[in-house]
Amino acid sequence: MQRESMEFDVVVVGGGPAGLSAAIRLRQLAMVEGRELSVCLVEKGAEVGAHIMSGAVFEPSALNELFPDWRNMGAPLNTPVQSDEIFYLSCSHRSIRVPGVFAPSTMHNNGNYIVSLGNVCRWLGQQAETLGVDVFPGFPASDVLYDEEGRVRGVVTADMGVGRTGEQKGGFTPGIELIGKQTVFAEGCRGHLGKQLISKYSLDAECDPQHYGLGIKEVWEIPAEQHVPGLVIHSTGWPLSESATQGGAFMYHLEDGTVVIGQVVDLNYRNPHLSPFDEFQQLKHHPLYEQYLRGGSRISYGARAIAKGGLQSLPKMHFPGGLLIGCDAGTLNFAKIKGSHTAMKSGLLAADTIYEALAVNQSAGQDLAAYAEKFRASSIYDELYQQRNFGPAMHRFGNLVGAVYSWVDLNLLKGKLPWTFHDKRPDYSTMATADWAPVIHYPKPDNVLSFDKTSSVYLSNTNHEEDQPCHLTLRDSSVPIAFNLPTYAEPAQRYCPAGVYEVVEDASASRFQINAQNCLHCKTCDIKDPSQNIIWRAPEGGGGPNYTSM
Amino acid sequence: MKVLVAVKRVVDANVKVRVKADESDVELSNVKMSINPFCEIAVEAALQLKESGQASEVIAVSVGPDVCQEQLRTALAMGADRAVLIKTGNDLEPLAIAKLLYTVTQREEPGIVLLGKQSIDGDNNQTGQMLSALMGSAQGTFASQINVVGDWVNVIREVDGGLETRSLRLPAVITADLRLNEPRYASLPNIMKAKKKPLEVIDASDLGVDIAPRLKVIKVSAPPERKAGIRVNSVQELVEKLKNEAGVI
Ligand SMILES: Cc1cc2nc3c(=O)[nH]c(=O)nc-3n(C[C@H](O)[C@H](O)[C@H](O)COP(=O)(O)OP(=O)(O)OC[C@H]3O[C@@H](n4cnc5c(N)ncnc54)[C@H](O)[C@@H]3O)c2cc1C
Ligand code: SF4
Repeated sequence: MQRESMEFDVVVVGGGPAGLSAAIRLRQLAMVEGRELSVCLVEKGAEVGAHIMSGAVFEPSALNELFPDWRNMGAPLNTPVQSDEIFYLSCSHRSIRVPGVFAPSTMHNNGNYIVSLGNVCRWLGQQAETLGVDVFPGFPASDVLYDEEGRVRGVVTADMGVGRTGEQKGGFTPGIELIGKQTVFAEGCRGHLGKQLISKYSLDAECDPQHYGLGIKEVWEIPAEQHVPGLVIHSTGWPLSESATQGGAFMYHLEDGTVVIGQVVDLNYRNPHLSPFDEFQQLKHHPLYEQYLRGGSRISYGARAIAKGGLQSLPKMHFPGGLLIGCDAGTLNFAKIKGSHTAMKSGLLAADTIYEALAVNQSAGQDLAAYAEKFRASSIYDELYQQRNFGPAMHRFGNLVGAVYSWVDLNLLKGKLPWTFHDKRPDYSTMATADWAPVIHYPKPDNVLSFDKTSSVYLSNTNHEEDQPCHLTLRDSSVPIAFNLPTYAEPAQRYCPAGVYEVVEDASASRFQINAQNCLHCKTCDIKDPSQNIIWRAPEGGGGPNYTSM
Repeated sequence: MKVLVAVKRVVDANVKVRVKADESDVELSNVKMSINPFCEIAVEAALQLKESGQASEVIAVSVGPDVCQEQLRTALAMGADRAVLIKTGNDLEPLAIAKLLYTVTQREEPGIVLLGKQSIDGDNNQTGQMLSALMGSAQGTFASQINVVGDWVNVIREVDGGLETRSLRLPAVITADLRLNEPRYASLPNIMKAKKKPLEVIDASDLGVDIAPRLKVIKVSAPPERKAGIRVNSVQELVEKLKNEAGVI
């Protein structure tokens, strides 16, 4: 197809903390020296921030570097962390508070802020525009463009106005080629282009497989007398402990009577009957959380995977023509459950690398190995090195013993133990067969604290143009019913937090139904399908959730 | 012939609107805003008039705070030639908006003024009608088809009983209904071009129009939640419940 093209010095894919930081820093550097440098950033959400779903307790280290004056510039960091509580939930109604000294030092939050990361990104998006970045929300990058020598030369944005069976509709508008001397991929966890690049350039040849968690979160408005601005609560244990599943939960008290509550389920879970959604709905009934939520109302719902493999799972981040940054590579610090400051820092390093390289050599398609050196010498590397055994220790020893190990490792020894644990088993391969695993019976939602999937997805404001090719593609359309159903009771029905996948019993046979309009772009299906048969692709621009203040 | 098309910034149609805790208004902070869908259809109609040679220039106009420039840029990216923002602070009532638009029509003298039939936030369905009264011109509301013939424009209107065709003498005010067209997407190159198209900002206070509100909002509250349905066992029971519990028959 004949496509129009537009050329920039640098093309950034993804308007999260990583991509925005890279774009902003590039323009800042250019403006200081009065150099010409054009930067564009594409974001698949209808606006910057619309697809951002995070906690978030935000560590402002990288923001301090980017905008030392952020306080006066009106950055939406309004609630400093006031107190930090950690609990072990031993059953549905008991909890044990972990005294502060026993908490891993990485869980201490002095100087951090409770934020809506979506709102922080909205703000960063405005700053980027002011600095001259061409920000294009509503335009997913759907494919990578390569030159004859196999170097990345840019991306293509998704076509608009294509019908369900691939036919061009009335308003058909073909995607545009965005050509860059360097292309920065910052799609966040399990980027669909990042995944292709990792495979094409074998970027993961020398690292462990990436490991993931699925985070599900709600925003609540609660009665003033139960609201404690600045309170941070983390817990582990029930309800996930009942199925020997790993993960943890959080509640952060923000401004204006709002709190966020969420749970991250480790996607190496074994029982195919597990439903992360229902586990989360149950969690809210625990007295620890119920005491805050009682009498409140739920205003928002969302879900997103996190890449938690850390240093051992970090692929090579440079290749001819581009860089892979932030959670697209996997820079999250899992011991802190924080990835935004490391994502931002990786963006700053990427910008510095590209700026310096283009200053001496304007040619396109360079492989910037200098990025690896910069990364190795940076604060994120030290941070990730220290916590490198946290995730694998949990996988190896389970939540409790793993926690003790990590406490000793992180608090007393500052991560200096001479060994590094490895976890070589990809998350999709851990699932046990359905007949072996106990079926889990979840209680019905009470519509006060717990709810069903339909009413939850409604609160994510998600929407996709109905008449378009399904963006959740199957390598082999027979697998769900012929193999996954008998072997694993088709777990997609349960792990998808939006109820996209259903096995429908028709008169004679079972049918696999994909309700793609509901998709929250969390990427769990792409990660966890035991047959690795589901491939998430970018839908038409602007589709997906419209999160407000997530 | 110039075409003037009015666009309004409203909460995006995909967003579930929520009432603020203090019941003073709906929550607008950090909510996605867009062009009112009916205004988007009006813009498309204006562009089609230009593309078919019936109009020479398409001017998009919006009334509201500075941020409405975003929606005007979208109209420019779709293809409008230039834009005018009448800058105001507060939430205006339809009559105030109609008066402000009227000053623009006096200056630009468009042959057709296109508006959405209503905005999805206030749902007033008044601005177009009021503007036509101020201009002393004909009006064709709820248009599902527009056809310019010489000094006249034929408008097919969606009315309760079906369709009605009216011939209006130009200049005329037309308000767009859902079926008039399907708005185009703004392409990336056009979004880039739109950044360079002229966008004039006029302060409403310089226009000498009385826009003081006539209404006072006392309280905004969410509609009562729908109760879950129940299953009845017989027709008799249904009739009984409709009569005695629901009180509808
Ligand atoms: C439940 C949960 C809780 C968390 N809590 C915290 C916390 O308390 N503190 C903390 O620091 N971190 C936390 N994190 C992690 C943090 O959110 C991430 O580390 C961070 O968002 C990563 O930033 P990023 O820019 O790499 O990617 P993302 O934030 O994922 O941003 C990627 C952006 O790129 C866009 N995009 C993706 N693909 C394309 C494409 N092909 N074309 C165009 N656009 C595309 C996406 O729409 C998105 O806007 C949490 C995460 C989750 C899920
Ligand atoms: S379809 Fe896949 S990406 Fe979409 S919400 Fe479900 S699991 Fe997440």
